[in-house]
Amino acid sequence: MALAEVRDLTVEFVTRESTVHAVNGVSFSVEPGQVLCILGESGSGKSVTLRALMRLLPRRRTRIAGQVHVDGQDVLAMPSRDLRKLRGGLVAMIFQEPMTALDPVYTVGQQIGETVRRHTGCDRQAARKRALALLELVRIPAAERRLNAYPHELSGGLRQRAMIAMALSCNPRLLLADEPTTALDATVQVQVLILLRRLQRELGMGMIFVTHDLGVASEIADTIAIMYAGRIVENGPAARILNAPAHPYTAGLLASTVHGQSRERDIAAIPGSPPDLRRLSEGCSFAPRCPRRIVDCHLTVPEPRFVAPGHMAACHAVAVRVPATQVASTSTVSGSSATMSAR
Amino acid sequence: MDAGLTTDSHDRGGPRQPLLIARDLRKHFPVKGSGKSVQAVDGVTFSVGKGETLGVVGESGCGKSTLARLLLHLVKPDAGELVFDGDPVGVSGGIAIDGLRRQVQMVFQDSYSSLNPRMPIRDSVAFGPFVQGKKKNEARHLAREMLSKVGLNPDLFGPRYPHELSGGQKQRVNIARALATGPRMVILDEPVSALDKSIEAQVLNLLRALKRQFNLTYVFISHDLNVVQYISDRVLVMYLGRVVEIGPIDAIFERPFHPYTRALLASRPSMDPARRVEEPPITGDPPNPINPPAGCRFHTRCPFAERVCETMNPTLGAGEGLHSHVAACHIHDPRAGHSRYGSA
Repeated sequence: MALAEVRDLTVEFVTRESTVHAVNGVSFSVEPGQVLCILGESGSGKSVTLRALMRLLPRRRTRIAGQVHVDGQDVLAMPSRDLRKLRGGLVAMIFQEPMTALDPVYTVGQQIGETVRRHTGCDRQAARKRALALLELVRIPAAERRLNAYPHELSGGLRQRAMIAMALSCNPRLLLADEPTTALDATVQVQVLILLRRLQRELGMGMIFVTHDLGVASEIADTIAIMYAGRIVENGPAARILNAPAHPYTAGLLASTVHGQSRERDIAAIPGSPPDLRRLSEGCSFAPRCPRRIVDCHLTVPEPRFVAPGHMAACHAVAVRVPATQVASTSTVSGSSATMSAR
Repeated sequence: MDAGLTTDSHDRGGPRQPLLIARDLRKHFPVKGSGKSVQAVDGVTFSVGKGETLGVVGESGCGKSTLARLLLHLVKPDAGELVFDGDPVGVSGGIAIDGLRRQVQMVFQDSYSSLNPRMPIRDSVAFGPFVQGKKKNEARHLAREMLSKVGLNPDLFGPRYPHELSGGQKQRVNIARALATGPRMVILDEPVSALDKSIEAQVLNLLRALKRQFNLTYVFISHDLNVVQYISDRVLVMYLGRVVEIGPIDAIFERPFHPYTRALLASRPSMDPARRVEEPPITGDPPNPINPPAGCRFHTRCPFAERVCETMNPTLGAGEGLHSHVAACHIHDPRAGHSRYGSA
């Protein structure tokens, strides 16, 4: 059974003036021990999707539909008592900005200890011991001293490590990471990525890692799901997405990402800009910017097609290369579990 | 080209005279109550040749944004001098600071907060030329022209306010505004860092096209080495307020001298899951610029640090001319007595 299973997730934010269609039918699954990267530009719905897995969205303004199961539990149907147990217990999250995610008036040790005590019911001393072990696990030097440090006394890299320690404090089976290295410097970012990769392997966690950076995804992902305008447009093994992208948007994103192109020529930029999520068009949201659009693209939203086992692209212009029987035997709609069984 | 945008009449020193020379620039910001100061820029010397793009890279807190502001006197340097096309800046016999600002303009990272939210963007673009003496309708005409040069239809976008534009469109407006006064040099402080990748590529292409069209010189500040490699002719690497290495782009990317430059380059993600970075090139964070390490400021994180590095401040080697490749590292200085001299 998949560790996390999302089916036809839609999220809408409702205000008096308009409705923002942030997520429009997203399906994927994550196996234990697998790292799924959700990659997309700002406003693609990647962070909203991640938050829906923990129901961390404002209740009054949000309409969620679809199914979210984590370890067999129905997250969307869960009473709030059970949610408190789920958050930080079974599922934990690391945020982009550790300075705002950590509480500035408590020491790092107190914050980690509080989580441990809340979930395990142990005493202060045991919680402090656990916090110390966690700081050592995430390789914070002079961990004993850092337990008594306030978040502002730590450097950006150490703060992010402290937040990772807090997320790991109750042995989550699923770790959610929302651009955890975006605010970090290049030399620190790579340290945190290597650390996360090592911890994820050693602890056997499943991980969903949201990023806008193809380079970061290439460093950490087993599978990559590309999001555009609230839909997953392509999903498959990381190497295939990066080396043989099937969807025109993925291909455009790769071509427009600067990495060692010739200085003689312009970068192949994607023309135009992403659509307004308040007014989505009928067909494929990428069609207005797409070099390969055909008439169908403006009429209907493309269904997922499999270009290889476990490699899905939702595009009218992509040729199906895998017979339907093979698809059925390897995976359900999104194909991310297929890649796992191949690993 | 419009007459108001032609700038070659200002070019006095000839093509080989650097457009801008910065000598030993220094800026320390005092920290209230502590008696200490943040040594944001601490003795920075470099030149920018006419028509080139100088990339400036470094991590947060290394002083690259302060350096940008010093070049326009948006913050006043504590010490050091600026020479613009042969004229010393802000001293008698040289050019005044507002004279400098007529010829040097800036584009900031945050495209929203650098535009007046209560002003339609055509007025924002026209403001600079108007303040610098153009008649109102001339300035408006120029604004229309500049907006179309950056790919925004002036009839459609001109009357809009900043909040009605996307991030990429706002940055185009900022570029139009910077170019409206007809500068010879533009300082770009992380101009694409807040943009999505597909938009970043559009803006980079635009910047390159405008540079060719208007004969511009760029100082391009960024933390993204891939972007700097693509857009720059030369690159300057900063660490904690000092220049650690400067040289032509290919030389720096193919044969970096300084261990910090090497670590920066090695920290770039691979873009290939089969060749991931397995070991961190260096550990730890950059130290606090309030209390920077003595000697070489990189020695606390440097794998080759020796006694001499802790005590003696390495100097940027003397290069011959604008295009030399030099680094401030004892390993490359025969007089420092570093045991690895000549090995790296």
